[in-house]
Amino acid sequence: MDGDARTVLPSAMAPPMRAVRNGEAVARFDVPSVSMDSFRRAVLSACSAKARLAAIAVLPGRTPGRVLLAVLADDKSQLLGLLCTDVPLDNRYPALTPDLPQAQAFEREILEEHGIVPEGHPWPKPLRRHAELEGPCDARVGPDGYPFFRVDGPGIHEVAVGPVHAGIIEPGHFRFQCHGETVLHLEIQLGYQHRDAQALLLHSSPARRLVIAETIAGDTSVGHAMAYAMAMEALTGTAPPPQAEAMRGIALELERLANHVGDLGALCNDVGYLPGASWFGRLRGEFLNLSLEICGSRFGRGLVIPGGVRFDLPVAGREAFLLRLRAAGTDLRHIADVVFQSSAVVSRFEGTGVVTTAMAETLGLVGVAARASGCDRDVRRDHPAGIYRRASIEPAATSSGGVMARAQIRRGEADHSIASVRELVETLPDGARNVALGQARPHALAVTLVEGWRGEIAHMAATDDRGHLAAYKVVDPSFHNWLGLALAMRGGQISDFPLCNKSFNLSYAGHDL
Amino acid sequence: MRRLWERLRQGYRTIAFPKGQSELPPRFRGRPALHPSRCQAGCRGCADACPTAAIKTDPLRLDLGACLFCPACAAACDQGAISFTNDFRLAARTRGDLLLSGREMRLAAALDRKMRRIFGRSLKLRQVSAGGCNACEADLNVTGIVVYDIGRFGIQFVASPRHADGVVVTGPITVNMALALRETLAAVPEPKLVIAAGACAISGGPFAGSSTCGDGIPADIPVDLYLPGCPPHPLTILDGLLRLLGRIE
Repeated sequence: MDGDARTVLPSAMAPPMRAVRNGEAVARFDVPSVSMDSFRRAVLSACSAKARLAAIAVLPGRTPGRVLLAVLADDKSQLLGLLCTDVPLDNRYPALTPDLPQAQAFEREILEEHGIVPEGHPWPKPLRRHAELEGPCDARVGPDGYPFFRVDGPGIHEVAVGPVHAGIIEPGHFRFQCHGETVLHLEIQLGYQHRDAQALLLHSSPARRLVIAETIAGDTSVGHAMAYAMAMEALTGTAPPPQAEAMRGIALELERLANHVGDLGALCNDVGYLPGASWFGRLRGEFLNLSLEICGSRFGRGLVIPGGVRFDLPVAGREAFLLRLRAAGTDLRHIADVVFQSSAVVSRFEGTGVVTTAMAETLGLVGVAARASGCDRDVRRDHPAGIYRRASIEPAATSSGGVMARAQIRRGEADHSIASVRELVETLPDGARNVALGQARPHALAVTLVEGWRGEIAHMAATDDRGHLAAYKVVDPSFHNWLGLALAMRGGQISDFPLCNKSFNLSYAGHDL
Repeated sequence: MRRLWERLRQGYRTIAFPKGQSELPPRFRGRPALHPSRCQAGCRGCADACPTAAIKTDPLRLDLGACLFCPACAAACDQGAISFTNDFRLAARTRGDLLLSGREMRLAAALDRKMRRIFGRSLKLRQVSAGGCNACEADLNVTGIVVYDIGRFGIQFVASPRHADGVVVTGPITVNMALALRETLAAVPEPKLVIAAGACAISGGPFAGSSTCGDGIPADIPVDLYLPGCPPHPLTILDGLLRLLGRIE
């Protein structure tokens, strides 16, 4: 185990936090365990010093009993801070959320999954479990099982949408509180997609865990498979070969390209600009088909395995691959030039669905949505692992925070990803595709972060005294960002919703797990 | 002007399917080919490697409805008893037809004449995702883009079950979506079709046995067409729908 004690730490990661790097395993009981009071103080002080809450997890403790683990990300120092506290015997603790709004969903999850009550949480509603599902604790409150926010007063009306939506999309329920055309508040109730993925990851065979990781969010198959594989590699002390790291980079950037380009097309569709919708829609397929060429799946499935990758890119096929990539890159530039100069597009994108920088910081947004609101954070640069330790990543950034900003970030990142894929293919190392995974160490803990196309994917895995998985936690970027979408709608119109929604394009399955 | 120029540059992108050849790359994992005669006595390598227990040995059988088309089984077999062809034609009309044993697979047969008269030239479908990870949903959506252009066959995905002739279901059917699925089905006027797209909807896929899902579409809901895959390729979907309508034999 890496026992390297880092004594000089920036304030955000100051002791008592245990500082680790992305993908580095630590001995579980080396993570300091402090009193609840110190735990709260340390988490709040780190977050006021620009660290972010990447996860809160519940782990089995050393003695019978459970501990709360906070994972904080300090983007400037490239460090993650870990800190534990025992769950009090009465399973109640003072909630962080009133002082730290970015904890709101994590604390609702803790209540729902583990029956641990965050006292003083302003919003202790079910996150995923609906009336039909029993949980360890009855988190449901109110007579109808889910107490929606309501605005009362003359002229106020409520519009309910879903769970089944009009398009081919995942289910979720939306309640708009409106006055005339103006949306005063939107509440998003999720959980319809809850498949209990975290429990299945914990209790399944390794072969099945991999396919569950790939299907946490289908459009992020590579991202979640990578986070899972990195976690298994960290727990077993396995280093994937250089070729595998490069192939993972290629697949992750192709995934980013397909989704960003697809979203640009969908945004065009939602403002009725159909040429852009058709062209981008077709172009998205070019990137999916490059993944298909590599690993036989348009979604990159079957490529990443713990220990490396299953497929390489044969030398003979690289030239044709690069030609297709270049053609797609040219198309992307041409189409984007036309779309972003179209007045029909610009007039609807500009000023719609704005999330301010302060709001994004408060909510702890990640990924495209954060960067569009001026929060300069990108795991590839801030917590580099694998191939990204050697790549130069300059995240696209803008601060206007609306639909236009999120669209422009996607365009900028897509251009950057094309250059990255080209470079990775041109410099692809030879050698093994994968190595065998060793035995997992007992009492180990690892946190892995991957910058998926939506934003930060976090996985946390811990082992028991025999090296078997004792806890597994998944945080999809959507988990941080759904509330951002809800707040982006305030003061807008219901007709802005499809556009706003598409500009975030969050995962229901990734949130609901 | 630039828009017109770009339109000309983009050209015509719709594939010739089903008339022309539609070749997929060699690594595409389509219908598995089984050669039970190559199995070594007592070997369970492929079955043990399968993440969804889709494979039975002695004799070798594979359930296409549970298969995720991952490379694990083929990689585990050094005898070549199990391998993936790049044939995307996978659709079947009954659950039993998805159980492969090494004999020729029976692909989906067309609806009867009466149903073909109703749906043959205009089929409107509603999609319900009930725990789908968004991969099946994405590739169902893709059938509408210019490349596949499902609309040229008179097939369209519509916004309301009241406008629909059938429902395409994805996902293992989460408990939280079970009611919404049944209500959507009930809102579709008779006669109606139910189509199961993807391993989750057919068998639960990777999520079979989860405490918060079913194992795919409940047994009391009759299914007219199964589209295997994780997710099914857009060509698998198109091929299956056109077979159902008797447009491909």
